[in-house]
Amino acid sequence: MSRTLVEKVWENHVVRREEGLPDLLYVDLHLVHEVTSPQAFEGLRIAGRRVRRPDLTVATMDHNVATGDDTPLDPLSQQQLAALERNCAEFGVPLLAIGSGREGIVHVIGPERGLTQPGLVIVCGDSHTSTHGAFGALAFGIGTSEVEHVLATQTLLQRRPRTMRIRFAGEPAPGVGAKDYVLAAIGRIGVDGGLGHVVEYAGPAIDALSMEGRMTICNMSIEAGARAGMIAPDETTAAYLRERGVAERPEWHDLRSDEGAVFDREVEIDVSAIRPQVTWGTNPGMVVSIDDAVPEPADEAAERALAYMGLEPGTPIREIGVDRVFIGSCTNSRIEDLRAAAAVVRGKRVHPQVRAMVVPGSARVKAQAEVEGLDRIFTAAGFEWRRAGCSMCLGMNPDVLAPGERCASTSNRNFEGRQGAGGRTHLVSPAIAAATALAGHFEVPA
Amino acid sequence: MKPFRSVTSRAVVLDRPDVDTDQIVPKQFLKRIERAGFGEFLFFDWRKDPDFELNRQEGRILLAGRNFGCGSSREHAAWALQDHGFEAIVAPSYGDIFRQNSLKIGLLVVTLPEEQVRSLMERGRAGEELTVDLEARTAGGHPFELDDFTRTCLLEGLDEIGLTLRAENAIAVFEAAHPAPTSTLAV
Repeated sequence: MSRTLVEKVWENHVVRREEGLPDLLYVDLHLVHEVTSPQAFEGLRIAGRRVRRPDLTVATMDHNVATGDDTPLDPLSQQQLAALERNCAEFGVPLLAIGSGREGIVHVIGPERGLTQPGLVIVCGDSHTSTHGAFGALAFGIGTSEVEHVLATQTLLQRRPRTMRIRFAGEPAPGVGAKDYVLAAIGRIGVDGGLGHVVEYAGPAIDALSMEGRMTICNMSIEAGARAGMIAPDETTAAYLRERGVAERPEWHDLRSDEGAVFDREVEIDVSAIRPQVTWGTNPGMVVSIDDAVPEPADEAAERALAYMGLEPGTPIREIGVDRVFIGSCTNSRIEDLRAAAAVVRGKRVHPQVRAMVVPGSARVKAQAEVEGLDRIFTAAGFEWRRAGCSMCLGMNPDVLAPGERCASTSNRNFEGRQGAGGRTHLVSPAIAAATALAGHFEVPA
Repeated sequence: MKPFRSVTSRAVVLDRPDVDTDQIVPKQFLKRIERAGFGEFLFFDWRKDPDFELNRQEGRILLAGRNFGCGSSREHAAWALQDHGFEAIVAPSYGDIFRQNSLKIGLLVVTLPEEQVRSLMERGRAGEELTVDLEARTAGGHPFELDDFTRTCLLEGLDEIGLTLRAENAIAVFEAAHPAPTSTLAV
């Protein structure tokens, strides 16, 4: 029988299947960070349980860390980071600690260390775990109770998801890329369009993407409500992994949806019709192209969003000025993202009204960028060049917007207050963020 | 986990779609390493508005709009709702991770068709007490679906990890047959 990619990976991981019960699924890789794990480790301690497979578990510090020397970490953040160190030591979990040169955003380090591989089941107490699906893994976010369950048992009780395939066809216009594809897709199906589904991204425009572009797409699956996003592994995947010391395995060739496999829903998107995307509201589905204007509100939620964002319907997107630009996050902080932004700003200056920062996704990305001289391009243009971390994607650390500040951000969520209470976030690609930093308002690269 | 059987209470109506977990508990409160005490941070920013729904209504049942709890996986959102005093939520749909998190801690999330949630909202606004009954699987008289396993776990307050550890044999057999393709010890 024809099966989809997700069905194959799922079936390979069923430890126990019983009538009336959710499947017990085996977890191949469990990524841990400081924010969603302390209560899980505490639960193990109280129950006298151990971490079953420390060798399939790895922790990093990312959400809380300071990325610059300008503001010290608050005591609660320090306490949470210290708790992670203590917990990892006590339970034998490998930790990529700050200053080790191996630290970074959890969804950047998994792939760059060759841990993220095709066909695995990967979980993490973080909704953007969907990122790892770019390798043909089934990767999804879980909460702290499930983190504890995985630590103790290396398994999870799960019900089979519904399946959706989004096919991206056509040739993109110059300057349009992965971030624009996924924002356009979320705009199309809505922020709840993927609820209960695992989305497989396919089609020639996906095949043509690099691994990093594919990660950007899968990363934002959760913003359409989907539990996970997946892309079938191919030669691009194998080459990426070879560079990281991972040899190809024969079983990867079967990791694709069979001809005739049936999805619960299919969506087709023509990328040649996509222009660079900019969000105007307070969720990622509130999105238009940079050539458009702020739309008339269609409902109460849109009215509330416009009021929060301080925008008038009919205002051309290009005429909206920004105070801040943030290039970073698990969506867009990898070396190709930084190269794309650097290519736009080379030899130019950030607009005097704008404070702009670049935050590499990992210590390794930062080092690589410095070898290539990208840091000097950014700093010469007036960008701040900072240390790796989640930074202003979620404002859990000193990098935050002031109330009312408007930011062009390469991150994944434009929720109210996401980057700081009262802050106004517009999601864009790295190239648009860079061009906007120079112009002081939303702009495409010259 | 605390067992849940039923709750009868006035309802709080929060008729907004796509309420994300960043609103339910803003990130500055995720730094605590304890599980308790999140109720005071519930809807921290929205509660600054005196007209915000939770400032004007009280009850142990929350009636919410579609895609409630979307976004971040923070279980702190479910902890905060429960700590605030909510025992059950009724909405047309939920963020998948939020729904799962809630059920794991004994906060019953009920899914009903949008028009039924609307009619419950009208009754809630009129001050009527509603009953969400897990044994009968009804909310305000409307039958709802919840699988037997989850229902039993909630009714009996079962420790799911303890249950899974009873499958130790099956896990060990699986591990023997499927050597791990990756190891974190070398990173």
